[in-house]
Amino acid sequence: MPKQKKSLSLSHPTPETRLDSCFAALKEKKKAAFIAFITAGDPDYDTSLEILKKMPGSGADIIELGMPFSDPMAEGPTIQASSLRALKAGQTMKKTLQMVREFRKTDDTTPIILMGYYNPIYVYPVSGFLKDAHQAGVDGLIVVDIPPESDEELCLPAMHENISFIRLATPTTDDKRLPTVLQNTSGFLYYVSSAGVTGKAKLDESSVKEAVGRIRKKTKLPIAVGFGIKTPKQAAKIGEQADGVVVGSALVDAIASTLDENNKATSETINNINDLVKSLSSAL
Amino acid sequence: MTDTSHLNSLMNGPDDSGQFGIFGGRFVAETLMPLILELGEVYKKAKNDYEFKKELEYYNTYYAGRPSPLYYAERLSEHLGGAKIYFKRDELNHTGSHKINNCLGQILLAKRMGKTRIIAETGAGQHGVAVATVCARFGLKAVIYMGATDIERQKPNVFRMRLLGADIVPVTSGTGTLKDAMNEGLRDWVTNVHDTFYIIGTAAGPHPYPEMVRDFQSVIGKEAKDQMMKAEGRLPDSLVACIGGGSNAIGLFHPFLDDKAVEIYGVEAAGKGVETGEHAASLNGGQPGVLHGNRTYLLQDDDGQIQDAYSISAGLDYPGIGPEHSWLKEIGRVNYVSVTDQEALDAFQLCTRLEGIIPALEPAHALAYVSKLAPTLPDDHLMVMNLCGRGDKDVFAVAGYLGMDI
Repeated sequence: MPKQKKSLSLSHPTPETRLDSCFAALKEKKKAAFIAFITAGDPDYDTSLEILKKMPGSGADIIELGMPFSDPMAEGPTIQASSLRALKAGQTMKKTLQMVREFRKTDDTTPIILMGYYNPIYVYPVSGFLKDAHQAGVDGLIVVDIPPESDEELCLPAMHENISFIRLATPTTDDKRLPTVLQNTSGFLYYVSSAGVTGKAKLDESSVKEAVGRIRKKTKLPIAVGFGIKTPKQAAKIGEQADGVVVGSALVDAIASTLDENNKATSETINNINDLVKSLSSAL
Repeated sequence: MTDTSHLNSLMNGPDDSGQFGIFGGRFVAETLMPLILELGEVYKKAKNDYEFKKELEYYNTYYAGRPSPLYYAERLSEHLGGAKIYFKRDELNHTGSHKINNCLGQILLAKRMGKTRIIAETGAGQHGVAVATVCARFGLKAVIYMGATDIERQKPNVFRMRLLGADIVPVTSGTGTLKDAMNEGLRDWVTNVHDTFYIIGTAAGPHPYPEMVRDFQSVIGKEAKDQMMKAEGRLPDSLVACIGGGSNAIGLFHPFLDDKAVEIYGVEAAGKGVETGEHAASLNGGQPGVLHGNRTYLLQDDDGQIQDAYSISAGLDYPGIGPEHSWLKEIGRVNYVSVTDQEALDAFQLCTRLEGIIPALEPAHALAYVSKLAPTLPDDHLMVMNLCGRGDKDVFAVAGYLGMDI
């Protein structure tokens, strides 16, 4: 299989999506993109949709929407809990795509990327998922458990549906491996600031600077940085080096901390996350 | 001269990408990929290294107590009527199960890679005990992830692991069983990838684990083959083993895959019955999917969310199965059947009373199927069942099920 990959990839179209125009426009303004993560359906479908709709107005340039999964192996406790809340409230892959469709009725410019794990896509199955995702208005995918060695599983088919497959590069991705990671990546490259799970990472700004500089030499793609960014101050620092700043666990926490004892949304839920989106985005 | 006889062999898998047919592969986060690739290389080298082989043989013989006997279960055979039943006595190994075979192999690899910290997941605690044991022996730090639910039902093994110096981390995420322990193991590994080796206990996970664990466990089948030739002058007619992730089963089956006349039975845990939904029979009640680094049969709902497995046996209580078993099911080489909690409990007592061997609840599932199959067969039929663990750890749980106070 790997032997065929190179020749196959040459015939694969590079997707052009809202991600490309978004990063191009921000580059003009010399501003880093604020990429805001929430889990779709957390704490319930309606609240989550309302949060989603308000995000661009509060300063989110790109929205990363988590596809809930029962076994999110790369997530820390915060995002694990949000995934389980969403599933308990009845979220499914179909409903996640429905959320994107609803969002697109009033917003046709803000890029949306779906982030998650392969199994729910695999059983959907892949071809139907990609068609439905494209029609719903999805621009990109981050699927944590499919490495570039398995590009034919989802990455290449996604490119044919004009959906960008966004890869993660990590501190263990050395110069020798970087070209493999970059090969079929489009939209942007997501640099994971530390080895570990989401929400638990400690941000080391100087090592991020070194890594971003190293990756820039190998690609013209925008580079976004995530893992461990929680405060406006950290966001501003990372925004000086990267083209995009991803915040996930801190936003999910802003939802979680307002829920009642039954994990139901309260009157503060939407405002609380909205305020955090505002303060983080204005730091960039 | 070119030897082409191996081309049609069923023993060649996996391919270079770690797949058995469509099953297997390396579905892991980027952080782990460089290490997984390195491990593949190190294992490939070790596999062909005479020194490594000698070292492993040494520990298998003098530390684990191999070879384990192939024992003619005369009274059970007479009682059931029909096939002549042999037990492969892997419950006699040091630590009381087949798990030590794999742990010795992997810890030698960990040392080769210069790793200083070992992590593992465990369900029944048999693998955890074997990991804690080899870590004590080789002086490496052991951190064992175990579901909070399992800690409660496997107290003797928890204490053994602590005695051996391992840290036990109770896992409360998800449902607090084996699958959640494996999730936490993977999260630890991603975080500590620089110094940590993950000793996966079953023949599942990302490539090269399914191949590696199978190879280390194949000592069971290789020995059984030789021992049967010595005892009866021919190969057995059938093999039976229980399956959770499937490491003891693949260990017994693999050396016989090309012996087409040998019928092979893998026995899954049907819990309260496959039709009730409360079971651990991934092959008989699941669908192909991707979890814990490999594509394989999984218990899951229509949305691809993983469902909880259920079995009286904590060691079979896993919603997936090793990818090679999924492939062997698809090509029809192995018959995958299932038995319920009750059938396993009955077989547990039958074996104890007739043979004076208290089996673990896991191989009690294999015994239950043997009890069904043997009476239908002629008395010159030779059957080998893998008695892969002893039942000391289960006596409290069994007493509870039987309504006895101890």
